[in-house]
Amino acid sequence: MTTLTTTIPQMAAKRVTPLATLQQTMTLAWRSLVQIKHNPWELLDLSIQPIMFLLLFTYVFGGAISGSTGDYLQFALPGLLVQNALFYTLSTAIGLNTDITKGVFDRLRSLPIARTAPLSGRIIADTAKQVWAFALLIGFGVVLGFRVTTSFFGLLGALALLVVVALAMSWMSVLIGLKASSPEKVQMIAFSTMMPLTFTSSALVPSATFPSWLKTWSDLNPVTHLADAIRGLLIGGDVTRAALFSLLWAAGFAVVFAPLAIRAFRSRV
Amino acid sequence: MTYAIQAEGLVKRYGETRALDGVDLLVPQGRLLGVLGPNGAGKTTAVRILATLLRPDAGTALVGGYDVTSQAHQVRSLIGLTGQYAAVDEMLTGVENLVMIGRLLGMTRADSRARAGELLERFDLSDAGGRAAKTYSGGMRRRLDLAASLVGRPQVLFLDEPTTGLDPRSRTDLWSVVRGLMADGVTVLLTTQYLEEADQLADDIVVFDHGRVIAFGTSDQLKATTGAQVLEVRPSQAEHLDLVGKVLADVLGEIPDLSGGRATASVHDPATVPAIVRRLDEQGVIASELALRKSSLDEVFLAITGHLPEDEETPDKEEAFA
Repeated sequence: MTTLTTTIPQMAAKRVTPLATLQQTMTLAWRSLVQIKHNPWELLDLSIQPIMFLLLFTYVFGGAISGSTGDYLQFALPGLLVQNALFYTLSTAIGLNTDITKGVFDRLRSLPIARTAPLSGRIIADTAKQVWAFALLIGFGVVLGFRVTTSFFGLLGALALLVVVALAMSWMSVLIGLKASSPEKVQMIAFSTMMPLTFTSSALVPSATFPSWLKTWSDLNPVTHLADAIRGLLIGGDVTRAALFSLLWAAGFAVVFAPLAIRAFRSRV
Repeated sequence: MTYAIQAEGLVKRYGETRALDGVDLLVPQGRLLGVLGPNGAGKTTAVRILATLLRPDAGTALVGGYDVTSQAHQVRSLIGLTGQYAAVDEMLTGVENLVMIGRLLGMTRADSRARAGELLERFDLSDAGGRAAKTYSGGMRRRLDLAASLVGRPQVLFLDEPTTGLDPRSRTDLWSVVRGLMADGVTVLLTTQYLEEADQLADDIVVFDHGRVIAFGTSDQLKATTGAQVLEVRPSQAEHLDLVGKVLADVLGEIPDLSGGRATASVHDPATVPAIVRRLDEQGVIASELALRKSSLDEVFLAITGHLPEDEETPDKEEAFA
């Protein structure tokens, strides 16, 4: 019979080394990604929804909005990239909340690991999924006729900007994940904030036809700035101002939500 | 004697509720302490404090000689925790769940795999090791959860209601696993709502009620306070109930409870039962029901506190949803 345990006194380490912290973070990131293998639905969820939006918007609204589906695709794909990235930041909240309600979070907290590893591991995994969704939407868009008219660096810049903004937003996501009572609630919060926010921006339609009050809001809406920046990076146009505003918004988000999220996290750790 | 767990004056409040109201615990190394009590008695709160998941409002606790608040990291490297709800990642396979823990504990990939295989075999999960844990039955999940808490070869193991919600067979399976751990010299703190479970496994038992320890002793000592078994007699004719009560009081020297159409009394010596049957027969009383059963948690409670356990909304889980 194998011995399951031992009572030989172990030398207990006092704290976690930076190298061990990194390894624990990567292990937990692996854990979030390997799930896809057993739950291909998650990947479909991550892939089918944006593709469905892309097809619906292009072929249903495209002609009516831009006169031709091709023109609209060129306009809307950058907006869809933004919409999708913002929606996806909330998957961090859902994953975290599921861990808490299922008790996995407590198990991780009872292990002698870095306190930050469960958070950073999840965020790294979610960032990888963001990159996947970005590549998928661009790839599918190209099949439908979308063309990046700037350069490869424009494409990389767009990805980098989206990832930076998504990381800033994930502080809010962490806060929601820690505070919400169930994953379903998180989903509800996600839907009822992200939907109006993305639709009242210039992400999916030019804001020129909005009534003036909506136009005023739309010009303030962070999604508008981000969509304009991504559009500029992919198909040309002024980038600097929109990108600057997007980064300011992102910094604002991080400044407000990071302390709140860290406080909520500390109270659990 | 060295103590694996030493807690003194633990207090935890949730608003007005005192989940723990000054709890002392002492568990010698290599022994199993059963913490017995109804829902909301504070059992889970105590476990969460000892497992470094919760800070006490007052009091101190040492696990393996380390303070649970100021030396939490060292405590974590000595303990294993299996909670009331099987805390396995349902999306991962059994193997992956255990490998993940091994890797987090700094084991190499090969060592983690070997350890996972060893534990899965010990817990009869080898065949299911490659399947996602969401396909497991309740008993299998609980065993995987226990296996996960053993990856790091803990010296002190916390089992928080490990058999709640399990069918009788899975329950006895889990009991034999716990006995095997005891043979390896692990110190265990086990919480349970079932007297029988504490009776089966524990060296010592503490009884919790309203966040306090209301009794402490071995299983035999507790039984001595309650009466080891309970005799219930229901006469076929209701008017004979008083007569039955008199017979029981005569033989057992204790006034029986006469509610619900039957007489209930605790029996310290089973040899007195034939005498009772004879006396009832002599008096011409026919019993439609005559049963001798083990005392339940209710009776332990009744004997110790004079009231039945109240099944309150538990504040134990409150912080998980705050």
